[in-house]
Amino acid sequence: MNVRKNKLVSLAALGLVGGLALTACGGGDDATGGDNGGDSNASDNGGSEEGGAGADLSAITGNIAGAGASSMETAQTAWTESFMGLVGAEGGDLSMSYESTGSGTGREQFLAGQVQYAGSDAALDEEELAASAETCNGEQAINLPVYISPIAVIFNLEGVESLNLSAEVLGGIFNETITSWDDPAIVELNPDAELPAEPIVPVHRSDDSGTTENFTDYLSQNAPDAWPHGPIETWPIEGGQSGDGTSGMVSTVESGSGTIGYADASQAGNLGVASIQVGEEFVDYSPEAAASAVEVSPRAEGREENDIVVELDRTTTEAGVYPIVLISYLVLCGSYADQAQGEAVKAYASYVVSEDGQQVGLDNAGSAPLTEGLAADAQAAIDSIAVG
Amino acid sequence: MSTTDVSKDSVEVSPPSDLSGGRRPGDSVFSVLSIGSGLLIFVTLAAVAIFLTSESLPAIRASHEVQGAGNGEFGLISYVAPYVYGTVLAAAIALVIAIPISVGIALFISHYAPRRLSSVLGYMIDLLAAVPSVVYGLWGGVWLVPRLEPLYVFLNEYFGWIPLFAGDPTAPMRNLASASVVLAVMVLPIITSVSREVFLQVPRLQEEAALALGATRWEVIRTVVLPFGRSGVVAASMLGLGRALGETMAILMILAPGATFSLHILEVGRHQSIAANIAARQAEASGIDMSLLIFTGLVLFVLTFIINAIARWIVARSAVKS
Repeated sequence: MNVRKNKLVSLAALGLVGGLALTACGGGDDATGGDNGGDSNASDNGGSEEGGAGADLSAITGNIAGAGASSMETAQTAWTESFMGLVGAEGGDLSMSYESTGSGTGREQFLAGQVQYAGSDAALDEEELAASAETCNGEQAINLPVYISPIAVIFNLEGVESLNLSAEVLGGIFNETITSWDDPAIVELNPDAELPAEPIVPVHRSDDSGTTENFTDYLSQNAPDAWPHGPIETWPIEGGQSGDGTSGMVSTVESGSGTIGYADASQAGNLGVASIQVGEEFVDYSPEAAASAVEVSPRAEGREENDIVVELDRTTTEAGVYPIVLISYLVLCGSYADQAQGEAVKAYASYVVSEDGQQVGLDNAGSAPLTEGLAADAQAAIDSIAVG
Repeated sequence: MSTTDVSKDSVEVSPPSDLSGGRRPGDSVFSVLSIGSGLLIFVTLAAVAIFLTSESLPAIRASHEVQGAGNGEFGLISYVAPYVYGTVLAAAIALVIAIPISVGIALFISHYAPRRLSSVLGYMIDLLAAVPSVVYGLWGGVWLVPRLEPLYVFLNEYFGWIPLFAGDPTAPMRNLASASVVLAVMVLPIITSVSREVFLQVPRLQEEAALALGATRWEVIRTVVLPFGRSGVVAASMLGLGRALGETMAILMILAPGATFSLHILEVGRHQSIAANIAARQAEASGIDMSLLIFTGLVLFVLTFIINAIARWIVARSAVKS
């Protein structure tokens, strides 16, 4: 019995030591992560303070939590981590989290007051705005477009490196009315390419996704005849190839032949990326071209001045604009009752829309940095948030 | 361990007054703990069932099967039925592939392999069971699917007259057949290790009696081992079926889904399992959509219950026969 007892004790001790070792490792990682964030941003600190984003970070303490769109998850993780590092380096003590629950759930949790900010692929509508006054200390919530992500049309076709496509042709391909790569409609757009007589295999996302919604919104705005299904999240056509998530989509396109799909531009990898017809010319995707799509689009009407909602105009014919983009909003309260929380949220939002923050988004998630005008408007909106 | 050890140990724990007969605290503490653990199973099951039912109520109320046609935007049964079909079909094909191979491996380990090899093999099989499903999913999606393609093209070309292999398969072959093959690999270790244990239980005397009557090795297996082990193999298969029905990650990563009742297992975008559908959709679901997904979870819960009940019934019946 004694022997057995000793075994148990040693086992427990082993577990304890193992646990401690793991915690120690975790702690170490955190510390280095924080340091890195602090260092890399410390050099830029002067710049951001001039930009009006640099509140006194040393006074920021507490916990803030966010939830919402999974599209923003990578960027939010990068933002929260580097912002916590920044605050930590200044002597503040802030703990942040972002849970990727999906846009709808994120908005619900925000309106219920469970989280201090939400990420959402769609801005709050009027009903939700009215409801937000209850949780937001009497003021309405505000939407800020902080995450602009270009969606690339990716394809895998042997011997074809570049491809020009129009909304009309894309609609036909994904609606399965254009079924062969040497279809006259495609040949007309690509007179120089040698297109094989292979069948086209369109690939869609098998999960419900904001990427699908924005891509089909582009199709239905520009080619309602070729794509009659409207902007949708769940694929309307039965059967066909599909992949789960961005990675599933990319791997399906990669492993097939004659495949074409749509994905976050940062994940396109070695696949061919189609140029999209805008007006008379074909535009390659680039962060700048994607950001200008938001810049040229009108703001939604009937909103408060500090509530910035963009009605994406994907039918624009302006030069150098890439119209297939996804916007995610940061949803904040117009007023925070809790002083510390409010200051923390404001400082975080300022960081996100600042040049540094947008650069972090570009580096980590491949998002397009906000244009100067939009960033300035967003900063003004953040400044209007009442605290305490 | 000897009995004196035990009493010495209890003396350490309990005050001496308890030595004068009656129950000792150690006994009652342990019995409370074990009864509690037993009850915990019921509590957990009940909690899951209550959660699934209460959370799926909004979807059930909104469904037009309850309100009358045309009122709701969706029908519960028409939504969930294709997924039930996909789940059962994938699991069934996986079992059809896995059972013969598993029984073969189990027989080899228990009756053919030299002792040293059989212990190594048994260890390998157990190792296979420990591989996480996400790894099987990666392996299936990246490595296996392209290698299965020639086989599918062959089956489709020469055996296309069988409905199962008919249709129009397109690469990449992220179809139900691929998913089922990976499921088969995943349930293989479960069925094999349980079957092996059962085959090892076959009374030595019966086998030797058969040998003495002049039976060959194959005849011994056919007349003694297999009849004895039948109920065990059925039980093992049902355990495997349970895993195949609930498997999520591997299917999610391999299958290009679609909600139809197609028999064409080589076509992509025709089938989907309940569990993989929940995993794929829950990230962006809220409100009634989430409730609908939870309802499909409830259906899967009930489905596994029914299949377990059938399995127990089969096992009980075949046990009586033998």
